[in-house]
Amino acid sequence: MRAAVKSPPAPEVVEEKPDLGTPLLELKGISKQFPGVKALDDVSFAIWPGEVHMLLGENGAGKSSLMKCLCGAYQADTGAYFHMGEKVEIRTPTDAKKLGIAVIFQEFSLVPYLDVAQNIFLGREFKSKIPGLLDRRRLYAEAQKVLDRIGLEVDPRTKVHTLGVAQQQMVEIAKALSQDASILVMDEPTAALSDRETERLFAVMRQLQAKGTAIVYISHRMAEVFALGDRITVLRDGKNVGHAVPGETSPDQLVRMMVGRTVDMSYPRNFRAPGDVVLELKDISATTGIADINLVVRAGEIVGLCGLVGSGRTEVARAVFGADAITSGEVRVFGRIKQGGPDVAATEGIALIPESRKTEGLALIRTVSDNLAVAGLPKLFPNHLFSPGRARRSAEALIKRLRIATPSPNQSVGLLSGGNQQKVVIGKWLAAGARLFIFDEPTRGIDVGAKSEIFALIDQLVAEGAAVLMISSEQAEIVHVCDRAYVMRGRRIVGELSRSELSEENIVRMGMHDE
Amino acid sequence: MSMSSQTAGATPRLHLSKDVVQVIYRLLAAGLLCVVLAVVTDSFLSTNNILNVLRQASLLFFLASGLTLVILSGGLDLSVGANIGLSACLAATVIKATGSPVLGTLAGLGSGTLVGVCNGLMVAKLRIPSFIATYGMLWVLHGLTYYYMGGETIHGFPPGFRQIGSGYFLGIPIPVYLMLGFLAAGTFFAQRTVWGQQIYAIGANPVAARLCGIPVDRRLILVYAFSGAMAGVASLVFLARLNSAEGDIGEALTLPAVAAVLIGGASLFGGVGTVFGTFVGALILTLVLNGMNLLAVNASWQPLVTGVIVVLAVWLDMIGRRRT
Repeated sequence: MRAAVKSPPAPEVVEEKPDLGTPLLELKGISKQFPGVKALDDVSFAIWPGEVHMLLGENGAGKSSLMKCLCGAYQADTGAYFHMGEKVEIRTPTDAKKLGIAVIFQEFSLVPYLDVAQNIFLGREFKSKIPGLLDRRRLYAEAQKVLDRIGLEVDPRTKVHTLGVAQQQMVEIAKALSQDASILVMDEPTAALSDRETERLFAVMRQLQAKGTAIVYISHRMAEVFALGDRITVLRDGKNVGHAVPGETSPDQLVRMMVGRTVDMSYPRNFRAPGDVVLELKDISATTGIADINLVVRAGEIVGLCGLVGSGRTEVARAVFGADAITSGEVRVFGRIKQGGPDVAATEGIALIPESRKTEGLALIRTVSDNLAVAGLPKLFPNHLFSPGRARRSAEALIKRLRIATPSPNQSVGLLSGGNQQKVVIGKWLAAGARLFIFDEPTRGIDVGAKSEIFALIDQLVAEGAAVLMISSEQAEIVHVCDRAYVMRGRRIVGELSRSELSEENIVRMGMHDE
Repeated sequence: MSMSSQTAGATPRLHLSKDVVQVIYRLLAAGLLCVVLAVVTDSFLSTNNILNVLRQASLLFFLASGLTLVILSGGLDLSVGANIGLSACLAATVIKATGSPVLGTLAGLGSGTLVGVCNGLMVAKLRIPSFIATYGMLWVLHGLTYYYMGGETIHGFPPGFRQIGSGYFLGIPIPVYLMLGFLAAGTFFAQRTVWGQQIYAIGANPVAARLCGIPVDRRLILVYAFSGAMAGVASLVFLARLNSAEGDIGEALTLPAVAAVLIGGASLFGGVGTVFGTFVGALILTLVLNGMNLLAVNASWQPLVTGVIVVLAVWLDMIGRRRT
């Protein structure tokens, strides 16, 4: 089986194995077939105690399938599992739990109307001495212990639906930790976290490592891969295309392995002299808590809006778009004062590409064509009469222009990959003829190839005279892509960085809470 | 049918959307029902019986077509039956008082629409879940109607007015023409207007619809107003046919209308369904009940059979959609 790993970088790993002793868990020759697609094709990999094993690959490379095989959600068609050298079966989630495997999925599995403690110990509640009742005191005490361990300052009695995305992610992590897992699998745990929370998570991970916990970590962020990883496995098209050790490889090399072609990580931009002011905010305050927001975006420029998660970036975007009510101040778009809700914003040529494309950007059960038309209906059909043929032609043109990978315009948009879904969200605003684009985390959960395409598209938009305000938690993106950037902290704008001042250090320095 | 012609024209390869496939299955089911009933009963194929089925289906369809738009938008309107009661009684009063069927018709349509607008305002502006808002409205309307009528019955309307319920044109009942008219209008509105498409979008994901610049509140109010207006239409046809108005005139019609929409393939989650599907749903429901009458099955079995058909239709849809 070991000989089956054919990819060139593999031999180093094979040589190293003896030094490390028996792996905690080893997967050999795992294959999983779905109708029409081979999700996993002869994948082998091993985890040793106390190491962080990075799993890399574009969307659809097989990372999620591999995780699901690992936690018993899928049954592998072929292949074998070895736990401390002994052959074991993982056929159900219970099997996986018995082996000490805990998984934190990207999609949360929390119950919104239960509180934090109930979620952490869901299905493992403490029984009271009185039969049939639960020991609530112990529940909250134990929950508090877990929360303290990861440094999450939230009352365990808080209902989960009132928490933000980042805090929910931390609760999810607390839940996995409370199971005393010896193997922890995490799927992009930092995608929704601010830098500070990320730091805290990394500290917890280092604690766990020291105790001998093995961690499998899926990430799209190269910095994390190199900062945390002891070992890297790259998947492509369901196949294991390489193992690597952080010290002996480079981001470019890994990206080449993932995509099988060279993708430029630096997102080239053509900077030009900006045009007229398109968006101007004067002393904006809104019901969501943002205050004294002043900013300007000109035609032909990409302006970044950065800061920690929860610093008020999304709220600024929503206030501009009219999705949340403004309490004071003035929004000017193309020189005119803008008032009213999202319908007014859309007719005035403003586009919002929201943070969560599945819940806020798309109607997943509808077709690609429907979704591409929905924002531009009044513009495409000024006489109010809808023509399916015209909508389809418009959709086909956008599919071609944005290179959306879909078998047909009639495909349900929910079946597309994340990158293609994001292109559909952008496409619907192109159909609407928008001139001011507000992107809120445009590349979240999108693979490297699609990221470059989306940035190329944004660059093309500004080249054609559009104005762009871009929110991103990835400072590298802001630094590479933006003409300048505003930094937010505590729901206010705390500074502006010009092109020459724009660096990750400066953004972090301005955006940090603790000074 | 109208839907196959739109797809066949533009592309040589006929692609059928899920909605169209869904409707075709339902038409086949309705056809099969007709064949079975024609074989096992003597009287099914008589002109009288066929016209009777169509006339009964038409009443159900008036209510169900407005309701379809509400359900497409992701809501529910439980007040349609009670709305019929109030609108019929008001229309009857106006006709009696003024002697003018035109004023009476306006009163019926007006009160129906007004009730719908109230529903729409509660759902869109006060953000009350549509189930609760319209369920409350059901009781309010019942109360108003009973108080207003005080147990009385109004009967005896001018023959001109009675035409819309019991008249014939070229041997076919007037309500059947009305049904076909509203079927065409409803299908056109849902499939071929910007507003119709926006209603589908709202039902599929209201948050995304709002962030696409669709004026969600206004569209929702419109949808409930339509539903109310169609209850008004149903009240007038009912009134003209029965030639009398009582407080509880529409009470038994709400749940069959919901059944017709569900049998017709609309999803209670919103965003899925067609007015034509609801038309076929109303036909299937009426055919089954008609067949049971012809076969002299005890009428007590009718609710049971209705329930089984609704669950079966929705379940088969779920299987069909999972596969594609």
